[in-house]
Amino acid sequence: MTLPGPLTFLLQLPLSSAAGAADAFLERLPLVARDWVTSWLPEPWRWLVNSLLSIAIILSVFGLLFAYVTLAERKILGRIQNRPGPNRTPIPFTKLRFFGLAQPFADGVKSLTKEDVVPRGADHLLHFLAPVVLLAFSILTFAVIPYGRHLVPVELNAGVLYFFAAGAATELAVFMAGWASRNKYSLLAAMRALAQLISYELPLLLAWVPVVLVAGTLSTTEIVAAQAGWQFNVIPHWYVFTPWGAAGFAIFMIAALAESNRSPFDLPEAESELVAGHLTEYSGFKYALFFMAEYFGMIALSGMAITLFLGGWHAPSPYLEFIPSYVWFMGKLSALLLGFIWIRATFPRLRMDQLTRFAWKFLVPLALINLGNAAFWSLSFHWSGPFQILRWLISVLVVVGPFVLLGRKLSAGVAPRVYRYAV
Amino acid sequence: MSASDHAALSSQLSTPHVGGANVREVHDSFHGDLLEVSMGPHHPSTHGVFRMIVTLDGETIVKLKPVFGYLHRNHEKLGETVTYLGSMPYTDRLDYLSSMTNNWAYALAVEKLAGQAVPERAEYVRVILAELTRLLNHTCLAGFLMQDCGCSGTPLMYAFREREYILDLFESLSGSRMMCNYQRFGGCRVDPSADWLTGAQKLADRYGTFLDEFETLLTGNEIIIARTQGVGKLSPELAISAGVTGPMLRATGVNYDLRKVDAYGVYPRFDFRVPLGDHGDVYDRYMIRVLEMRESIKILQQALAGLPAGPIMDPKAKLRSFRPKAGEAYGRIEGPKGEIGFYLLSDGSPNPYRYRIRPPSFINLTVLEDMCLGHTVADAVIILGSVDIVLGEVDR
Repeated sequence: MTLPGPLTFLLQLPLSSAAGAADAFLERLPLVARDWVTSWLPEPWRWLVNSLLSIAIILSVFGLLFAYVTLAERKILGRIQNRPGPNRTPIPFTKLRFFGLAQPFADGVKSLTKEDVVPRGADHLLHFLAPVVLLAFSILTFAVIPYGRHLVPVELNAGVLYFFAAGAATELAVFMAGWASRNKYSLLAAMRALAQLISYELPLLLAWVPVVLVAGTLSTTEIVAAQAGWQFNVIPHWYVFTPWGAAGFAIFMIAALAESNRSPFDLPEAESELVAGHLTEYSGFKYALFFMAEYFGMIALSGMAITLFLGGWHAPSPYLEFIPSYVWFMGKLSALLLGFIWIRATFPRLRMDQLTRFAWKFLVPLALINLGNAAFWSLSFHWSGPFQILRWLISVLVVVGPFVLLGRKLSAGVAPRVYRYAV
Repeated sequence: MSASDHAALSSQLSTPHVGGANVREVHDSFHGDLLEVSMGPHHPSTHGVFRMIVTLDGETIVKLKPVFGYLHRNHEKLGETVTYLGSMPYTDRLDYLSSMTNNWAYALAVEKLAGQAVPERAEYVRVILAELTRLLNHTCLAGFLMQDCGCSGTPLMYAFREREYILDLFESLSGSRMMCNYQRFGGCRVDPSADWLTGAQKLADRYGTFLDEFETLLTGNEIIIARTQGVGKLSPELAISAGVTGPMLRATGVNYDLRKVDAYGVYPRFDFRVPLGDHGDVYDRYMIRVLEMRESIKILQQALAGLPAGPIMDPKAKLRSFRPKAGEAYGRIEGPKGEIGFYLLSDGSPNPYRYRIRPPSFINLTVLEDMCLGHTVADAVIILGSVDIVLGEVDR
């Protein structure tokens, strides 16, 4: 095979072997850049600068991602709703609009310069602390997600546990905001937020327990490593491609929607009912912080879903491994975020009692059954030949059967109706 | 809240059936103080400057007091101070989504008062415009209702896109999108051109496709079904005794459509059916409106096909220095929201002696508390949305 001179490097790209992919230049680029920066410093300082660099990169990358996810959300919602979305903001001092790409920065300037209003009867300290606490906990969750082959900010043995512990604390801040605002809408929102937290924390946690069970570790990097490899070089060994993994992924994403207060579970800030819920009395930059935390939560939960079920940074096929792992991670993240936005554009909101009923009577039992299913899956790992087909059959049945039965029970009594006409 | 208030409310609560709604008994220690929340007049989903003072036990409504009048502008008194024709533009401002039917109802009342005949072509044009108005109003209502359900604007924007097409038609015919001021005593102001009729025909041909798309998005959606079925039930007895009309009444199963009952205009010539609900809940109200829109398309097709040639105004009709004989008349038609009626009392002067409106959305709103009791705040919002009010008409 002969290629023109400048393209010969294509032949040198490692296409099949994992070790080769790990050594690819693009793959090592972040490490090389980091080492180049720290090599200027004396040895005792390097660990500190390494950590600070990680923090700075997380804040800047995800800060920027947040800004552009908000823009993308408004644009995509606009396209779905037959309108252009924000497209007027020019690059400062020019007349270049670029589809409104400067919009997030204009929003940022607006919220920074807006007056910060605190209601007279409000608890000033809590009112100030709530967005700070919320944002702090949302950012903490970014520490343990493996963004690429060599990109894990903190290697924790119990990374998954840490992630959900930090994530669960965010709802406390929503309650603080609702209580401190001294507003009845905020109070109702706080009440809803707590009910939602308690209801959906359980399916969220139960959804990933099977992953830990099968992978045998709580470390995020090892969970990703356990999903390496491909069946016949086509089907990746991601957990989402097993019956229990698919069910777990679905439960996880539904609970993640609820945990990040996104439509159709955006009850705490239901704008048609509670004006803006716990955000009613927030303005200016505090409001922007809430907004930022909500998107950070969404991004972090999507990242964790990728780590747990979608094979982390692994490429879907060995032939695509020449694309660096962090690009794969970002691609999967974008796909999940698009899903979040799409769902928001399509679905109406649930009612509070339906929300909790859905969690307790549908998701929790399903997640518990799924846990047993995963146990069966890991016990039957040595089954082969026809038994392999039997194993799949049993596992699919254990997921689908309860799904159908529970779903039928949940939606009993409501169905589309047939109408009569007057004669 | 004082202890006596609490006791009064608690005694109300122990009544198992208040106005048809099933109210939970509250006497255990878990259900503590009640919370009074004022929803409105500046609230995103009160459809204007409407206010509901709701008393909540947790999130369950135990008392709801509607407050309105923020948009009051002396409409009826104004009608007595201007000439008969002078009131016509004011009627546009009643229910500003359906000015064409308001115009028609008023013109009908004056025509009855003066014994004025209407040419056949004008009657057909009136039917076409009334059905277009019904499409417009019901489409908007479905969009608003879904917005209240928590859709992030998608159904509303779809609905408003279609509304624009109808408003374009209205604009090219009457010169104004919403405040049409189109009907006159004895006919219509201008004759629709052939181009306009082609446009209306195209819209009528296309609208069914839009409804299919809209229904695919919404009608079978499990969340919408769960949110709306069994919510805000209205019994036929209460609906009749409260004077509820329009789709809200038909959703309870009462067969009462003025287009059939009064057979005014040229409606008897058209073949259409009246859909009826069986439960009287929010879902029925939504579905009745969707089905009515499909019937409206049928009427539109027939009216456009059968539109006769001829004058659009009765040549003998008198608009200026119009003085009907002393007497009284009541003209009513089936507006999109229900029976819209105008009562006129003439003493032979150029102005009516008494000018009275029967506003459908105001009367339909009177049963709001009965429908909301025992439901949650989230339900109250969609129940209000399903009543289909326009504050211009409620407050007058």
